[in-house]
Amino acid sequence: MAESQIKSYNINFGPQHPAAHGVLRLILEMSGETVDRADPHIGLLHRGTEKLIEHKIYTQATPYFDRLDYVGTMNQEHAFVMAAEKLLGVTVPLRGQYIRVLYCEMGRILNHILNVCSFVFDVGGMTPMLWGFEEREKLMEFYERACGARLHANYFRVGGVAQDLPAGLLEDIDAWCDQYPKVIDDIETLVTENRIFKQRTVDIGTVSAEQALDWGFTGPNLRASGIAWDLRKSQPYEVYDRMDFDIPVGKAGDCYDRYLIRIIEMRESVKIMKQCIREMPSGPVKVDDRKISPPPRAEMKQSMEALIHHFKLFTEGFHVPAGEVYAAVEAPKGEFAVYLVADGSNKPYRCKIRPPGYVHLQALDMMSKGHMLADVVANIGSIDIVFGEIDR
Amino acid sequence: MLSGLMPPELWRLIVIVLQIVAIVLPLLVAVAYLTYAERKVIGAIQLRKGPNVVGPFGLLQPLADGAKLFLKETIFPSGANKAVFVIAPMLTFILALIAWAVIPFDQGWVVADINVGVLYLFAISSLGVYGIIMSGWASNSKYAFLGGMRSAAQMVSYEVSMGLVIISVLITVGSLNLSDIVLKQKETVWFILPHFPMFIIFVVSILAETNRAPFDLAESESELVAGYNVEYSAMTFALFFLGEYANMILMSAMTTVLFLGGWLPPMDIAPFNWIPGIIWFALKICAVLFIFLWVRATFPRYRYDQLMRLGWKIFLPFSLFWVVLTSGVLVAFGWLPGQG
Repeated sequence: MAESQIKSYNINFGPQHPAAHGVLRLILEMSGETVDRADPHIGLLHRGTEKLIEHKIYTQATPYFDRLDYVGTMNQEHAFVMAAEKLLGVTVPLRGQYIRVLYCEMGRILNHILNVCSFVFDVGGMTPMLWGFEEREKLMEFYERACGARLHANYFRVGGVAQDLPAGLLEDIDAWCDQYPKVIDDIETLVTENRIFKQRTVDIGTVSAEQALDWGFTGPNLRASGIAWDLRKSQPYEVYDRMDFDIPVGKAGDCYDRYLIRIIEMRESVKIMKQCIREMPSGPVKVDDRKISPPPRAEMKQSMEALIHHFKLFTEGFHVPAGEVYAAVEAPKGEFAVYLVADGSNKPYRCKIRPPGYVHLQALDMMSKGHMLADVVANIGSIDIVFGEIDR
Repeated sequence: MLSGLMPPELWRLIVIVLQIVAIVLPLLVAVAYLTYAERKVIGAIQLRKGPNVVGPFGLLQPLADGAKLFLKETIFPSGANKAVFVIAPMLTFILALIAWAVIPFDQGWVVADINVGVLYLFAISSLGVYGIIMSGWASNSKYAFLGGMRSAAQMVSYEVSMGLVIISVLITVGSLNLSDIVLKQKETVWFILPHFPMFIIFVVSILAETNRAPFDLAESESELVAGYNVEYSAMTFALFFLGEYANMILMSAMTTVLFLGGWLPPMDIAPFNWIPGIIWFALKICAVLFIFLWVRATFPRYRYDQLMRLGWKIFLPFSLFWVVLTSGVLVAFGWLPGQG
């Protein structure tokens, strides 16, 4: 009798798959339900962001950053404007810094709500998703009240933020901060101690501290593996050094730890937001340099010079002195950074974006090998990937 | 009378057909409104409204859904085995309906009052897995195939412990006739009290048996997209859907008969026993169905191997132990039916 060769079979997981978190195309080599190899294919959402930025003036480049990780948008604008500010050598007024930190933490919560809830959804729990989205809706309304857009904010500017917050907004955000921890509690009662959830996530996709460093992990995924590294603490930018908050660190580095880290980070973010609101000084929100930030409307009616500045800024933009700079922020997903090369013109010569999700995705094969199909889904959910930033 | 005008065989046939219609029609309406109830209940748990646009309170939504599915085109995947592909949903649907023949809705309200009612029910519900395996194989899709395999393994494992649970009830009653099981509960107590752990195991097992959350591995949308019914559309999909929900109602009816006293009122005193038995029966089914929906909105999904472990390593030994315990107690106290 001829011996037949048993071949493992491939599953084309995505790009249209409910658990692919966008357009992940994953080629899974399976033997039965066990995964032998997970091969992520990227590029289905590539829009040439970096190249497009080279042909836009600096102010026009910020909206592209909203469209990278479209979950926590302002955090990414932050990296770009910080890079440009470093080259220009300007310091943002204190109120502007506080507003930035406030909105970055809001972005962090927006991101973590989506990730935690969709992760739970991936392992089968439907309800937290709906509860979480209610809160996201409220947060997006705060976005909207600050800048007019719910998602693609385009609120940060080189030298500050686009405009001051409207009256009453801070009080509303404060009220939201008071009620939000209860919502986290609610979600946690459904998930955290649930036996099925723990069976699905504990010891799944374990990444040791060493592996996490080797694969270039950052953000919550790195901290879940037990390494206390957070750019907000290790190299504080804006007013993070004035804030009192803790960095949660995990032990096992499995899916469950990554979930817990994000839950605790949301609570810490609420703490930071409350401090920002409490300490928010009055004053300007962007640098008082007419070569960088546009003059107020009222002034333009009176002053010819202001009108010229306005015209120049919105046609030609500002020129950034030649140089190279690397600016990184602790985005919700990890270290989001911009490597900016300026040639002295009004457009960036090169703008390299370092998205955290891209780095995390490459570890998926390592994390999923030997696990079952359902665990791959849990792994994808727990490393928090969004294809806007991975494909750029 | 009418019966005198035609041969008795024909008359019996007409009566049976009428009885079948009298069961199937309300059942289909119940299935339609179970989907509505599911969306409303889960909506309430998830802080949203559920269907509320079509008709008052969205009550016509199931009809709209049904009409949509009926009017759509049935798509056959190019690599599918068409005959099996079409037979599979029919089989699922038919099996979900014919099991109702032995369910007693009230004292004497049963189409076939056979003495092996429990075995019949059990056999029919075991056959249900064929519909799923056939659909998984015939679709010629990897996702559907994996779903079909999972479902087969799952239903087989949970049927074993379900069988043992039923045996505990049977040796307490001494009959396989479903009406006798209810009547025995009239003499003594509802079996949920003495057999409470078995009730729990039974409820969990029927969740697995009907492929419902947290055991909906066969169609887990986050892994297998929709599992065995991923390639189905229009009426073929609708038959699967109806079959699944009819099965849910059937299993709830079985729970009611075995553990919750069937058509019996909670207490045989004035306000309760005015209400006809069928109403009690329906209310109890609704209560069990609510558990189905509640669980679906609350729990994450098991993984394939964890589900197997729960079935074989926890439920099976425990229900086996309970069978031994039950028979031991019955023999020791001389309560064994037919003994005294």
